[in-house]
Amino acid sequence: MEDRVKSLLLAGVGGQGILLASDIICKVMMGKGYDVKKSEVHGMAQRGGCVTSHVRFGRKVYSPLARKGDVDIIVSFEKLESLRYLDYLKPGGMVLVNDEEIYPPSVNLGEADYPVGIYESLRSRIGAENVKVVTGPELAARAGNRRAVNTVMLGAISRYIPGIGVDEWKNVLAASLPEKIIEANLKAFDLGRAA
Amino acid sequence: MQELMSGNEAIARGAWECGAAFGAGYPGTPSTEILESFAQYEGVYAEWSPNEKVGLEVAIGAAFAGARAMAVMKHVGVNVAADPLFTVSYTGTNGALVIITADDPSLHSSQNEQDNRNYAKFAKIPMLEPSDSQEAKDFIKLAFDLSEKFDTPVFLRTTTRVSHSKSVVRLEPKATIEDRTDIRHLPLKYVMVPVNARARRLEVEKRMQALQEWAETFPGNRVELNSAEAGIITAGMPYNYAKDAFPGYSCLKLGMVHPLPERLIRDFASKVKKLYVVEELDPFIEEQVKAMGIEVTGKAVFPYTNEFDPGVVEKAVTGKSSAPIVELPTIPPRPPNLCPGCPHRALFYALNKTKAFVSGDIGCYTLSYMKPLSGMDSCVCMGASIGIAHGMSKALGPKGKGKVVGVIGDSTFIHSGITPLLNAAYNRSNAVFIIADNRTTAMTGMQEHPATGQTLQGEKTKELDFAALGKVLGVERVEVIDPLQFKNTAEVLKRELGKEGPSLIISRSPCVLLMSRKAAHAGHFYADPDKCIGCKVCLSCGCPAISWKDFEKAGMPPRPDRKKQKGIAVIDASLCTGCTLCAQLCRQEAIMREG
Repeated sequence: MEDRVKSLLLAGVGGQGILLASDIICKVMMGKGYDVKKSEVHGMAQRGGCVTSHVRFGRKVYSPLARKGDVDIIVSFEKLESLRYLDYLKPGGMVLVNDEEIYPPSVNLGEADYPVGIYESLRSRIGAENVKVVTGPELAARAGNRRAVNTVMLGAISRYIPGIGVDEWKNVLAASLPEKIIEANLKAFDLGRAA
Repeated sequence: MQELMSGNEAIARGAWECGAAFGAGYPGTPSTEILESFAQYEGVYAEWSPNEKVGLEVAIGAAFAGARAMAVMKHVGVNVAADPLFTVSYTGTNGALVIITADDPSLHSSQNEQDNRNYAKFAKIPMLEPSDSQEAKDFIKLAFDLSEKFDTPVFLRTTTRVSHSKSVVRLEPKATIEDRTDIRHLPLKYVMVPVNARARRLEVEKRMQALQEWAETFPGNRVELNSAEAGIITAGMPYNYAKDAFPGYSCLKLGMVHPLPERLIRDFASKVKKLYVVEELDPFIEEQVKAMGIEVTGKAVFPYTNEFDPGVVEKAVTGKSSAPIVELPTIPPRPPNLCPGCPHRALFYALNKTKAFVSGDIGCYTLSYMKPLSGMDSCVCMGASIGIAHGMSKALGPKGKGKVVGVIGDSTFIHSGITPLLNAAYNRSNAVFIIADNRTTAMTGMQEHPATGQTLQGEKTKELDFAALGKVLGVERVEVIDPLQFKNTAEVLKRELGKEGPSLIISRSPCVLLMSRKAAHAGHFYADPDKCIGCKVCLSCGCPAISWKDFEKAGMPPRPDRKKQKGIAVIDASLCTGCTLCAQLCRQEAIMREG
């Protein structure tokens, strides 16, 4: 086990299943003997607004919040949100993005444009090799459950957390879900991991 | 056995493990999950009380009867409960009474950022403050022990970051405690008439002195000696930030923030060259350390506002940040919004059209103040809408006739709207009052309340009748409407605003989140691109399911027959719940039900 604490920042929009995904990462790392902490938001902040969850693991973790410039991987469950927290990313860190657009109110009203060229902007800022785009909705549909986008993203994240077997992920995932959606979610996980 | 738990879940678990079997409170972020989680344990009694004052009084009753009881609330809830709070400090508790206050630095979900450590000092009540979930579980147990040992109420303070972060907790079995519940007649202790209260007042001072002595050796007040160059005094979540930013500094980690252990602090201060206090919000510890004559750096470098993180602590101490400077791109903000299908949308759309001053209240519907709904003009605290509307209407006199409305949610009305409505009826108000009754406490996550007919622990119970209540309070004109019958909603508002005397409108339609997923998505609507003239009326209700697409984005050629039209409204079928509001607003009949 590395001494250094690793930090992930999961970002997206209320209702995307971010808190479940961050819970599963924590439980997997806990199972490997890591100390883990995570933060989340409830209440007013969840009504369709931005949702973030910091996840940190290591030999000993103090703060459940990462500091700016210290996040190893930003996982953005929505395209635009991938730009909002870039100041948290450490130099050389990576961004995983779900290729899905959810319009904020000003875009819905036609008062602002949904930004174009988000991936280009990300690539030029942090290097193309550090940007990974995942076609979440498409892969979730292929897995047989359109709502399993968060599981697709979890599969994608799992590739960048070394030292954990696929089964360890899947065991925790299956234990966190109702029986009837487990199969589709396990498939979604595989598709995300292979993406 | 270990488990990943939020601070709130850990508090509930700890209370259960140490044999506490009684909890009361009112939902409020970030405290809500404590009681929700506690209510799930075998053999406990837990209730949602109508408000925090009642919740505390109920818990006081349980403690007087000898039980281990807790009252659970968010920081501003303690303001509501402050009346019994200050006097239960005098009576003492017999059994155990723990008051949990969940503060909200950064105002993630609150109307103010008050630092409730001040209540501990003000009401002369000891306060423990955990820094993670394991400590949350350990400290709630300690709080119950302390309460019984010193015959005092005890505060347990969390912040949003303690309540809503998750960390590893070691689970323990439930302890068996002796049942000490009984009726004990102790009028000199419990009847707080002046003569008795004066005597109890002396007991309070004696108790606080004894507690201060106890704090000197309390293991939760812990010295971690490292460098002699710099030391940090801290408590709660900021301890973690300080350890993260300056692992090499010495640290005095206070588990009890009131009363402070003076000798321990003096001893620690003497061992380091430079001393800091790292605390969010008020300089609560700092001022007391300074009053001891100890030189310390606190708010001179640390912010008064918002929660910290390791970066904030680093920057305050070193004057600079180790994070690279990143210029963030300008992107549209994403504020929270009323859900698609939310019945409040129809009500507040109609209210905006009346041009009245809308005195609002606390709940999801507070979000309607934002554009484009712009349906609310003020929101101060739970229950304030009705009193403010009445006061404004009286002050304006004839000028305010038909121009002042007070709107309050169902749960909020029960919390603290009944007395102001009685007042408005009693004092012949001219304002119109509306209960936005969505049949639940939605903002905090769908909790039961006296008008839902169900208790926290799932028992069926009497269901409060708002209309009957309005009548007996003295409001003569009471009407129940469905806000989603938009034309009627607008007409009733107009009519009632034109009348003399107070009116009560109960705007009743269940929260869309109460519906099953299937029901909520049965029969969604679409906008016919041929009929849509691009007038944007449907957009003005601010539904997240409706968006504007100019012709190019919609993949449509411009329309030669309508030269001014630039685009069309598009409804996202996956978000639309079929509430019909936009279809009722559309004058072109362009919005229709699918299928």
